Amino acid sequence: MSEHRPESRLHGDDLTLAYDERVISQDLSVSIPDGSFTVIVGPNACGKSTLLRALSRMLKPTAGTVHLDGELITRYATKEAARRLGLLPQTSIAPDGITVADLVSRGRYPHQKMFRQWSAADSQAVAEAMTDTGIADLKHRRVDELSGGQRQRVWLAMVLAQQTPILLLDEPTTFLDIAHQVEVLELCHDLYSRLGRTLVAVLHDLNHACRYATHLIAMRDGRIVAEGRPGDVVTEQLVQDVFGLACRVVDDPETGTPLVVPAARRRAAVPAQA
Amino acid sequence: MSTDVTPRSDSTPRRQHLRVESLDLSPTSYAARGRHDRWSLRFDRRVVAVCTALTVAIVVVFLTSLAVGDYSIGVLDVVRTLFGNPPDPLAEFIVNGRRLPRALVALLVGAALGASGAVFQSLSRNPLGSPDVIGFTQGASAGAVFVILVVGGSLAQVALGAIVGGLLTATAVYLLAYKRGVQGFRLILVGIAVGAMLISAVRYMLMRAELIEATGAQVWLTGSLNTRGWNHVVAVGIGMAIIMPVLLGLARPMRIIEMGDDAATGLGVNAERTRIGLLLAATGLAAMAVAAAGPIAFIALSAPHLARRLARAPGTTVGSAALMGALLLGVSDLVAQWVLPHQLPVGVVTVSVGGLYLLWLLAREGRRHHV
Repeated sequence: MSEHRPESRLHGDDLTLAYDERVISQDLSVSIPDGSFTVIVGPNACGKSTLLRALSRMLKPTAGTVHLDGELITRYATKEAARRLGLLPQTSIAPDGITVADLVSRGRYPHQKMFRQWSAADSQAVAEAMTDTGIADLKHRRVDELSGGQRQRVWLAMVLAQQTPILLLDEPTTFLDIAHQVEVLELCHDLYSRLGRTLVAVLHDLNHACRYATHLIAMRDGRIVAEGRPGDVVTEQLVQDVFGLACRVVDDPETGTPLVVPAARRRAAVPAQA
Repeated sequence: MSTDVTPRSDSTPRRQHLRVESLDLSPTSYAARGRHDRWSLRFDRRVVAVCTALTVAIVVVFLTSLAVGDYSIGVLDVVRTLFGNPPDPLAEFIVNGRRLPRALVALLVGAALGASGAVFQSLSRNPLGSPDVIGFTQGASAGAVFVILVVGGSLAQVALGAIVGGLLTATAVYLLAYKRGVQGFRLILVGIAVGAMLISAVRYMLMRAELIEATGAQVWLTGSLNTRGWNHVVAVGIGMAIIMPVLLGLARPMRIIEMGDDAATGLGVNAERTRIGLLLAATGLAAMAVAAAGPIAFIALSAPHLARRLARAPGTTVGSAALMGALLLGVSDLVAQWVLPHQLPVGVVTVSVGGLYLLWLLAREGRRHHV
């Protein structure tokens, strides 16, 4: 019924997204290329998280549809959807005193039943998720004793233990220092390139998006302004249109991807040493 | 590390009926499996230990409450009487006719209050979120007092009034607190406000009533187990038998919802639907407890918290909270009947002990947030 490219397991069509009366997006259509690391960028309040919430069934669209694997996402039993699509929300609450491994094990919930509460597959998935995120050494530590960067990796491990082919991450690098941001993004890169998962993330940092995304979606005022490979879509004009920022786009000296350098409005506060 | 419970005489795993292994998740997490892995249960060793200890304590309190009284009966004779072999007809009458139903009502009502409090505290993510704080108990009281004073109904009608009052209040609080789903703190604030209005409604009804009727209603409002008989046991027992399995089935998704609605959705839990189911079940338990024994205060507030501190396991455990509630009310009723110079309604004891507990809790939380 939809004319989308067949290689998209997750797509939204003609979506109207609103909180109560406040309409965020209208007639929004998007499809997530399989096996991609898709990054959604845009200024604050442009509707990027809202779009992610709709794709992950956290927000029910006022109009339009979201399809997962060729079927309306609302048609799946909620546990079945959770076996196909994992989700890292912006904020989650770790139960008091829970250990790292115990929290990661909660990612197995959609695979368990009332009287099938733990299997060998569960043990294996939890161990793998902790190894992939580099937290195996922390497994018996309490989550509330960890640093912000470690905690974010624990939450990622929980979503990985869910073993879903598609992962949606809502601002996974917020609140992290730059080293931890890069660490999380490298992990994401690993996930799609080595493990073949499809990743969708909302990111704030345009340069991170340019460097790591295989598919970029730029949004403003609830609409998609541009999408495609970062090297193809990120131009000085686009940054001006989307963020209202005058800038220069140069080649990233490390990777050759676009690097956005904001235009100087005045001389540097401390002049460079000659 | 793996421990075999069946004898090791035959080494083929097919013959093992039950295997218990420790999971490498936390020092106290274990899994038990049936033959061919047909079923498996995850459990926390410390929670199991706490539940076992509570059960033993409950049995002791239960037997004590059957033995102690103006006519004391030895524990052995009590046990014989329970197994249909009484030493004399008087002992049979006192144990089976008088003390047994009262003790059973105490245990069932205590368990209902403890389980109900655990659910509300989990849903509101707040140790103060118990049915007697967020207005549901007051709703049940208002319903019962309305039947006592305005309708002048029978005991069964009073119970029905309590249940209807509790459910109506729960619906009102839920709808008033609803804003894109119900969040914990809104639920507590709205509940406190609605509870305060219901208390004033109860006061108004008491003020307008005849003195004798008002006194009767006032005694009921204290919460008492006096003159509770087999009809109460049957009513509460049937209610528990229906609601507790539902509640225990919802306990696993409930612990997932504690991580936040978004995380729960991601893990395949329909947060809003589960929450409505939990609210209905927990309100039903609380209203049923009020219907049987009046609004006994503080058990629902303190039992889940105490059980949790003993077990030191992450997340809410409904079972241990129910056992703790049963133990607390059993002990409170013993104290109310025999330790104090005058026999008092059990509600007076739980209010006094619970008040001290609440002060301690507030002082402790206050310290924690100010340091």
